[in-house]
Amino acid sequence: MATETKTTADAALISRLKEKAAWVRNETLKVHGVAPETRVASSLSPVEVLVTLYYGGWLRFDPRQPQWEGRDRFIASKGHGCIALYPILADLGFIGLEELATVCKNGSRLGCIPDMQIPGIETTNGSLGHGLGVACGMAIGLRQKRSDARVYVITGDGELCEGSVWEAVMFAGQHGLGNLTLIVDYNGIAMLDRCRNIIEFEPLDRKLREFQWDVVTVDGHDIGAVHEALAACRQSRSGRPQAIVARTVKGKGVPSLERDVLCHIKTLNAQQIAEAIGRAS
Amino acid sequence: MTTEKPLAMRDVFLQHLLEALRRREKIFIVTDDFGSPVLDKIRHEFGDHFINVGIAEQNAINIATGLAAEGFTVFAYGIASFMSMRCYEQIRTNLSMASQQRALNVNIVGVGAGLSYDISGPSHHCLEDITLMRLLPHIEVFSPSDWTLTTRVTEWSLRHPRPKYIRLDSKPVPRLYADGGPVTVEDGFCELAHGGDTCVVATGFMTQVARRALDQSAIRFGLVDVFAFRPLDEDRLLGVLKKYRRVVTLEEGFIHRGGLDTVVIGLLARHGVQMAVHPLGVNDRYLFDIGHRARLHQLCGMDEAGILQAVAAPRVET
Repeated sequence: MATETKTTADAALISRLKEKAAWVRNETLKVHGVAPETRVASSLSPVEVLVTLYYGGWLRFDPRQPQWEGRDRFIASKGHGCIALYPILADLGFIGLEELATVCKNGSRLGCIPDMQIPGIETTNGSLGHGLGVACGMAIGLRQKRSDARVYVITGDGELCEGSVWEAVMFAGQHGLGNLTLIVDYNGIAMLDRCRNIIEFEPLDRKLREFQWDVVTVDGHDIGAVHEALAACRQSRSGRPQAIVARTVKGKGVPSLERDVLCHIKTLNAQQIAEAIGRAS
Repeated sequence: MTTEKPLAMRDVFLQHLLEALRRREKIFIVTDDFGSPVLDKIRHEFGDHFINVGIAEQNAINIATGLAAEGFTVFAYGIASFMSMRCYEQIRTNLSMASQQRALNVNIVGVGAGLSYDISGPSHHCLEDITLMRLLPHIEVFSPSDWTLTTRVTEWSLRHPRPKYIRLDSKPVPRLYADGGPVTVEDGFCELAHGGDTCVVATGFMTQVARRALDQSAIRFGLVDVFAFRPLDEDRLLGVLKKYRRVVTLEEGFIHRGGLDTVVIGLLARHGVQMAVHPLGVNDRYLFDIGHRARLHQLCGMDEAGILQAVAAPRVET
């Protein structure tokens, strides 16, 4: 009976998360309409991951106190590809919903890369390869303070080419940072080509495991699977850092982007945005 | 001056950290696998406040940033040339930029300033760090000339929650200052000697060399020790320099490239002060020459004889 109740509750939650993901995807497209400078394709691939993290009960936060000591730390290391955070932060009250119309406009605090002047953003982003190392420092610091807060960091897969990422991967495994979760938005495409044609990361899960990480690979657009993976991370008692390799589609929800290996630098016009929003609705 | 034994700046610095840890201050020491006997004591007694990230300076700065974000005072300790340059972009992004938004007390402590690792060659010579670090907003830059100043800077670093770069000499050095001497850290400099019509403005170990030149010669000159580039009270420094007719700058760094000479020339120019400035340092080349420090100084014309020669006949730079 308990299992059935849980399943029913989970099904309701998953349903709500799917609705929220659809809203976030549409709002992200609208932000791109306001600010064509934003990287829309790489911001569409992590939508389900971000929604599940923020609305699925896994990330602990207080929008009224963005720097609340008991919060979980979330680092958006793939800065360009995290524009989907803007509608989430606005919806949750970190920033005003009306600010979404100001992205990249003179005087706004929302640029085409989220940075730490925005409530809810922990680090200065945009330069790739920093987030995981900073997250490791936070994880050690929280452990020293005997805090039960956790650290989450999302990177892209192209970002894994940065050597500093692997310095941090080795460090986290060595130090048994069980309070650290890395989510790789594994959309397979960097700026100029598919990652496999630049640097082949496969088998990424085995590589991370060799460095003493727990690893699960999921369909990053399957909210139920992401939800389960985050639950496993939260409940982990292995004393190892956890990685979720979220296989995603760059430009998810916009067929012209999904088909285009150069989608990272592509901009959608107003009609394309309207069509994409209409398609999702 | 006393005749006590010279002390290594890093030992003095680490001894202070050991004492601060014993006072239960919230400190972490992060190193890129660089040690010292005093550090051995720290990691033995306070192992959970010590992290050796391995030979990985980028990670050292990132880890230090994360710890500082959690409220710890962090000392990122390693060899100066690597701690200032291998991880420059981490320092720029995570310390200089980030500290504009939030307080971060990360102290990058680089051992081996200037030519202290003389015979290790150009990879270990650190001739660029003052220029690079003073370029970055919000980073305080310290270049102490003796171990008493190292003590003052270490105390300062514990109390001021800002990112800092502290360059230390690798060799034991005698004291230049009496205990509690006339040093105000906020000034960034101290006038060690008055006299003559030329002022030698030196930083780091070169203040030691200038002091020796002054003590060994009948030639009189003023001596200003610039031990910090931020904070640096430029108005007060200008007031001192204006007492002289000429200036010789002296640094174990590249000349004409944004270091001490550039600071002095810029200060005089901004205030319309016409004064001859003669920069002594390393002139637009790396030193592959094998030799001990005094030999390298001689090759660059910045040994005691070179200093006295410049004092006697400086060329006009401004």
